[in-house]
Amino acid sequence: MILDGKCPTGPIEKTWDKHRFDMKLVNPSNKRKYKILVVGTGLAGGAAAASLGELGYNVEAFCYQDSPRRAHSIAAQGGINAAKNYPNDGDSIYRLFYDTIKGGDFRAREADVWRLAQVSNNIIDQCVAQGVPFARDYAGYLDNRSFGGAQVSRTFYARGQTGQQLLLGAYSALARQIKAGTVKMFPRTEMLDLIVVDGEAKGITVRDMVTGEIRSHVGDAVVLCTGGYVNVFYLSTNAMGCSVTAAWKAHRKGAFFANPCYTQIHPTCIPQHGDKQSKLTLMSESLRNDGRCWAPKKKGEKRGPNEIPEEERDYYLERKYPSFGNLAPRDIASRAAKEQCDDDRGVGPGGRGVYLDFADSIKRLGEDTIRERYGNLFEMYEKITDENGYKVPMRIYPAPHYSMGGLWVDYNCESNVPGLFVLGEANFSVHGANRLGASALMQGLADGYFVIPYTIANYLAKTAPGKVKADNPECKKSVDDVNNNMKKLISINGKKTVSEFHRELGKIMWENVGMARSDQSCKEALKKIPVLREEFWKNVKVSGSGAQFNQDLENAGRVADFLEFAELLTRDALYRNESCGGHFRVEHQMPDGEAKRDDENFCHAAAWEFKGANAEPELHIEPLKFENVHLAIRSYK
Amino acid sequence: MSHDKTMNLTLHVWRQKGPKDPGKFEVYDAKDVSPDQSFLEMLDEVNEDLIKAGKDPIAFDHDCREGICGMCSQVINGMAHGGQDRTTVCQLHMRMFKDGDTIYIEPWRARAFPVIKDLVVDRIALDTIIQAGGYTSAHTGGIADGNAILVPKPEAEYAMDAAECIGCGACVAGCPNGSAMLFTSAKVSQLAVLPQGQAEAARRVKEMTETLQECGFGNCTNHYECQAACPKGINVKFIAKLNREYLKSLF
Ligand SMILES: Cc1cc2nc3c(=O)[nH]c(=O)nc-3n(C[C@H](O)[C@H](O)[C@H](O)COP(=O)(O)OP(=O)(O)OC[C@H]3O[C@@H](n4cnc5c(N)ncnc54)[C@H](O)[C@@H]3O)c2cc1C
Ligand code: FES
Repeated sequence: MILDGKCPTGPIEKTWDKHRFDMKLVNPSNKRKYKILVVGTGLAGGAAAASLGELGYNVEAFCYQDSPRRAHSIAAQGGINAAKNYPNDGDSIYRLFYDTIKGGDFRAREADVWRLAQVSNNIIDQCVAQGVPFARDYAGYLDNRSFGGAQVSRTFYARGQTGQQLLLGAYSALARQIKAGTVKMFPRTEMLDLIVVDGEAKGITVRDMVTGEIRSHVGDAVVLCTGGYVNVFYLSTNAMGCSVTAAWKAHRKGAFFANPCYTQIHPTCIPQHGDKQSKLTLMSESLRNDGRCWAPKKKGEKRGPNEIPEEERDYYLERKYPSFGNLAPRDIASRAAKEQCDDDRGVGPGGRGVYLDFADSIKRLGEDTIRERYGNLFEMYEKITDENGYKVPMRIYPAPHYSMGGLWVDYNCESNVPGLFVLGEANFSVHGANRLGASALMQGLADGYFVIPYTIANYLAKTAPGKVKADNPECKKSVDDVNNNMKKLISINGKKTVSEFHRELGKIMWENVGMARSDQSCKEALKKIPVLREEFWKNVKVSGSGAQFNQDLENAGRVADFLEFAELLTRDALYRNESCGGHFRVEHQMPDGEAKRDDENFCHAAAWEFKGANAEPELHIEPLKFENVHLAIRSYK
Repeated sequence: MSHDKTMNLTLHVWRQKGPKDPGKFEVYDAKDVSPDQSFLEMLDEVNEDLIKAGKDPIAFDHDCREGICGMCSQVINGMAHGGQDRTTVCQLHMRMFKDGDTIYIEPWRARAFPVIKDLVVDRIALDTIIQAGGYTSAHTGGIADGNAILVPKPEAEYAMDAAECIGCGACVAGCPNGSAMLFTSAKVSQLAVLPQGQAEAARRVKEMTETLQECGFGNCTNHYECQAACPKGINVKFIAKLNREYLKSLF
């Protein structure tokens, strides 16, 4: 099937305004008759639930943590982009649009990206009004910094805790609506199924993580804002609870999964220290504003960093990409780091690391300025590594970080299942094959504050409120299915723990479908994943029962879904026989090692339809048209 | 950097089935612990062994493991988050301990935080306090340009110092009265110092402090244990600010 993204036509700068006018509205007095289920209360879901509640809809919101304030958006450090052009350095909506399309290696829909750039400015205003303490200069004006993939300074920040402050802004707006009674919040509640009635999304089945109760909630529309899936690699910068579960359950109920192989490996993470490690820690890319990446020129170098003289250091990003230097986009910076290590010039344990050096900036600006800019990152680095980054260069290595792929949505953020909307990292929409720094926070808030309030009305206006009742047979069936799945997991009583399976899966994925992929490695993974999945269902050991607080069981369900999803991700990586952005197929590279796209055959989104856990999924294609940005080879030289 | 020496530790961990069940300490061995491991990774290993032995693993809250989400919450050797300066449990590393150490691990203990299971407590009361007024009533959309409101750098920094609170509840656990005054004062102060928050300042401080009492938190009697326990170093000067704001609100 050829998918239609339902993009408005006409001059791109008018598309969103025109579309907003063309969409249907729900009369103010009718809004409270509609119930909207918002799953996930990170930036996307928190902003959506608060805004929809404020409009007068009857909202129920869910998250798995004990409070909506703890969604993983909280961990974003660096900043959020907007096309304000406050520094007067040549920024504009068009430039942000252009940078995002190019950064994504021409694999995103133009109209969606334009809208993102257009509303980016409203986001900053909104957050300021909420009391988000963005950095200011001495005159009281908002301050900016630079991020990878841009030559203008358009990133707004709140120390090294921008995600935290933006999330707390959305959380406070949500708190206001909870108090007002328009939003009912269900923390410690995990969605484990989507309820589809007559082809439309009308509810979800959840597990109360405290009591273990499984129950369904019905509504007139479902909005999934459940974040990303890179924990499929086991070690990543995501939180321990981040999973593909909600998206995967929706996929199993008919929602197409688009471009799952687009995963982002972030260049500036703290290298792994051992095999008992549970996660990797990111240090904001903003560090690359003042830190210089280098590796020793000599293979197998044994000297400490401060003993290696200047002329024996290879500042490889500055050498290879003179115009962007240390601010080259993430996919490029990550691969360059891997290249150094593969060339036996890596540093630290196992040679899996490169240096990020602040000595020059400290000389130029003083340690205090560096401390003011990144103090918390240096502190975090020291806690984990026991090293002082002001005195010795930091060691960094790439780590799985973000998922550009996600559930397929049209221009309205609606999936192919009517009534199912998907926002934030959970959808596939705007970042193409590579996301630029400071653009995910922007997308989450754009979707939640400024897109869904309009587009959901267009759907609701065409449906009668309360069509599906709690006693619908689909609800009972869904609850039974979830219950049975839980029972099955517990009854296996095998020999291996859930974490052991997760670790093994992660290893298969990282080695075969990680930073570099090939026809052969993908096929290898496609052999191994089903075997591991089969073993899981025969030999996993899950403790306790379903009718209690049971973290082992929660985790088992998530890993079970990753074991299915991993196969789809790999299949997509095998199918996409080109390199683009974060998807690097070793067979397709330029003579200098850059990613080589194949626009003739792959200038499209690949959206997969579920056909059964052990059956081949069906591929649907949405062709991408570039009418405003010239389809060109991405160059950061 | 990596140390080769591993250690063996004895853990006394608070186990409690549910809010109404009695709890008690159980003793576990943690073997071959690497100094580079985090405290939670050490507990992960203990849990792996418990699961394999068919026993109930220790329940504890955690998510980001980066010291920012505020989910992790354990009292270690009598100190909330383990007593390392400005550090959450998840950022505590085993190099802080030595071979042969005995470690006591307990949940947050406060009247307003009932135990859910083992080390997991219910902190919903902190959300209730924010719902009472910890926001500006800005509508979505229709807002003036961000630079239309100037915020001098010192005020912006002061607001940010307060806003760093991660809402973990260590201040409550550390306080002999189980007070959430530091938590509440941080939000009150952040919004009181910013021009955006001033219109509602009086109502905010009143309603948040009233809710604080209704939720079962104790009073502040200036022990300053909260500041010592806070993994983000939130300063007690914000409590003084809250008191000033409260007095102002009466007139
Ligand atoms: C360490 C780190 C640093 C980053 N730094 C930046 C940065 O500087 N700039 C930038 O732009 N981006 C950054 N990002 C990316 C950005 O933070 C995320 O992409 C973005 O915040 C995701 O927001 P979200 O609302 O889509 O998802 P999340 O914030 O992850 O929220 C997901 C929500 O869904 C809920 N949920 C998930 N599954 C279920 C389920 N089954 N049932 C119920 N609820 C569920 C969770 O409880 C949570 O509330 C960073 C990411 C990381 C990991
Ligand atoms: S787990 Fe998030 S702060 Fe410790």
